[in-house]
Amino acid sequence: MSVDIAFVGDTLLQLLRALPTTLLLFAASVAIGTLLALLLVWMRVCEVAVLRHLARSYIFLFRGSPLLIQMFLLYYGLSQFPEVRQSPFWPVLRDPLSCAVIALALCTAGYMAEIFRGGLLAVPPQQIEAARAAGMSGGLLARRIIIPIALRSCLPAYSTEIILMMKATSLASLVTVYEVSGVAQRIIAETYRTLEVFLCAALIYLVLNFLIVRTLAWVEQRLSPRQPVTASPTTKKYALSVRRG
Amino acid sequence: MIDLIGFGAKGWGSVLLMAALMTVLVTLAALLVGAVLGALVAAAKLHPSGLLRALGDGYTTVFRGIPELLVIYLFFYGGSALVSSVGGLFGAEGFISMPAFLVGALAVGVVSGAYQAEVYRGAFQAVSRSELEAAKAIGMPLMLRFRRIVAPQILRFALPGIGGVWQITLKDSALISVTGLVELMRASRVAAASTGQFVLFFMTGCALYLVLTGISNLVFSRAELRVGRTFRRS
Amino acid sequence: MNNNKTRFAACSLMLLMTSVSLTTHAKEWDSIQIATEGVYEPWNRTLPDGSFDGFEPEMAKVLCERMKARCTIVAQDWDGLIPGLKAGKFDVVMDALAISPERRKVIDFSRPYTKAPATFIALQSSAIDLGSGTLQLQGNPERDTPAVEALRERLKGKLIGIVTGTVYSKFIRDQFGQVATIREYKTPPEPLMDLKNGRVDVVFEDLGFLSGELQRGSDSGLVLVGPAINGPIWGEGEAFGIRPGEAALKAKLDAAIDSLIADGTISQLSRKWFKHDFTPPSQ
Repeated sequence: MSVDIAFVGDTLLQLLRALPTTLLLFAASVAIGTLLALLLVWMRVCEVAVLRHLARSYIFLFRGSPLLIQMFLLYYGLSQFPEVRQSPFWPVLRDPLSCAVIALALCTAGYMAEIFRGGLLAVPPQQIEAARAAGMSGGLLARRIIIPIALRSCLPAYSTEIILMMKATSLASLVTVYEVSGVAQRIIAETYRTLEVFLCAALIYLVLNFLIVRTLAWVEQRLSPRQPVTASPTTKKYALSVRRG
Repeated sequence: MIDLIGFGAKGWGSVLLMAALMTVLVTLAALLVGAVLGALVAAAKLHPSGLLRALGDGYTTVFRGIPELLVIYLFFYGGSALVSSVGGLFGAEGFISMPAFLVGALAVGVVSGAYQAEVYRGAFQAVSRSELEAAKAIGMPLMLRFRRIVAPQILRFALPGIGGVWQITLKDSALISVTGLVELMRASRVAAASTGQFVLFFMTGCALYLVLTGISNLVFSRAELRVGRTFRRS
Repeated sequence: MNNNKTRFAACSLMLLMTSVSLTTHAKEWDSIQIATEGVYEPWNRTLPDGSFDGFEPEMAKVLCERMKARCTIVAQDWDGLIPGLKAGKFDVVMDALAISPERRKVIDFSRPYTKAPATFIALQSSAIDLGSGTLQLQGNPERDTPAVEALRERLKGKLIGIVTGTVYSKFIRDQFGQVATIREYKTPPEPLMDLKNGRVDVVFEDLGFLSGELQRGSDSGLVLVGPAINGPIWGEGEAFGIRPGEAALKAKLDAAIDSLIADGTISQLSRKWFKHDFTPPSQ
């Protein structure tokens, strides 16, 4: 099995040119998804029953169906309606990249909302009682007690979700976005040289994955300096059980 | 328009339901492949030998870090060379037909195996050390120890994790549509393309997936309750 | 569900599946498995009960009768047709597969059964004017570039939709990649969908597919624009894809196709499904 260095080099170059798109998809969808998830989790624990049920339905819908079908529904399904095409949202939905970002963000928001809720549930009720007894209430209680503890508890699962989002960006290639997987598949379809192209693309994703895992491990360490930190956050049992749809 | 998803002459209902069944079957097959691989890799990661641990770590890092789509492309496009060479070993002439089902199940199974390895590893580490020590002390042989103590506890601790992996694998099966297997995603796409009714068929496909995940949820919750019955909450 | 039992069951299941599928092909070719896309109307399409019809399945039925072979048609996504063929999942690819030098490097072809030109399609309301008539291109970049100069001018800044991995996508990317934005899709209905909802300005595909689309959706406001492009650029025509070295199969297919062309069946089927006659010029 001879390795064609020129071909591999050329392939790597083409793939790297698509890398900024992958990174953009990743960063934008994680950012928007996190914000949306915060809103969702607030709705989920809110006293208003309607909001609670809305949030639960949203989470069930987006965690229970494949991202691929959600993306197709958003990209092809919505554009079928003339009302959507004339609405002010159309410039955003028309562009494949922003449409893909929205689909990714909506999906991850569902998972992240559950992760945040898991973090909230992990706050020991004794601490809340003690804080209330000491006179803390409302915003102060949230800021000093609930949020720091919740954040620290859900960080491993949140890291897992972020890594999964990096992989999910590859699905954007199925709605005409030129990101790394899409370019890789195009090269395979035209040159039929699967292994070399696959290795190049896999290498890029593994390097990205490594960088993200290291960054998240550093963040984890900064937030909890006294606890030993593992670089593979998914060994925590509840990280996996929280992913159940 | 409703008759399009019905069971009449123009109705795609039966195709969609058969495809949903195919989705479940291929997910099951992938999970089994992943169970075998995951158990092996978990064993490797728990082994005293540094080399085996490194291999196990490599497997999980690679297959949890690369997009599933790429893995499916690899198995699918690159399958021909492998199949021919394996066939050559067995002395088969010409080409060996490999069902699309097998390719899809293998590809998704290999990825699922990486996740399952982590689940089994965590479950194994949660097995009560004191019980194992006591068993060794009264002279229980290795296989009996495994059968009476380790295996039931691994099952108990791994079940939530496996439930999560099942959900993930179920959704990853949608990507197998690229290999031509008529599972739910492909059926929805073909029906949508044939009739031009994209929203109708994608929403129907989505609804069927929700039904599948909902049923899976129920099944796993029940299973967890049953298996956890005899365990003390220590 | 005991872990041990699961492992044993899994192993035996896999062994069973592998052994069951270890079939080698009959050298006499009395049973042939054909793969097609099923979403490339009117070349091939899928019916609600899962069977296929269209120009190619109908042609295949007649062909197999002439070849005295039992043919089964299976579906496969476009980008999996050639890999699946090479992996031995089926024997023949039948999906308006144009003979091209790149494809010849990896697979073999039967003789062509059609030779369809390709052209652009756009929304009538967009009033795009790309010229008309026919254009013969050689497939040679130096010779072709001046010929499409006028097209390039008119397509400047437009969005063109094509399907990946076709001979057309390479042409569009090479000639218009610099002046227009290209969107690549995985299945043929998708660029048309995006054309209708305004995401792309124009789609480039073969005339058979486009005229089928116009027949079906007479109210969609689509219209063919631009010249019909044909010539050696698309190779000798559309043919069956087969694995390299399958001389016996090729001979059988060629003989059958020859007879179908000779007695006018191809011409008749072509006019039925495409409203045009795509019989290949005599070789």
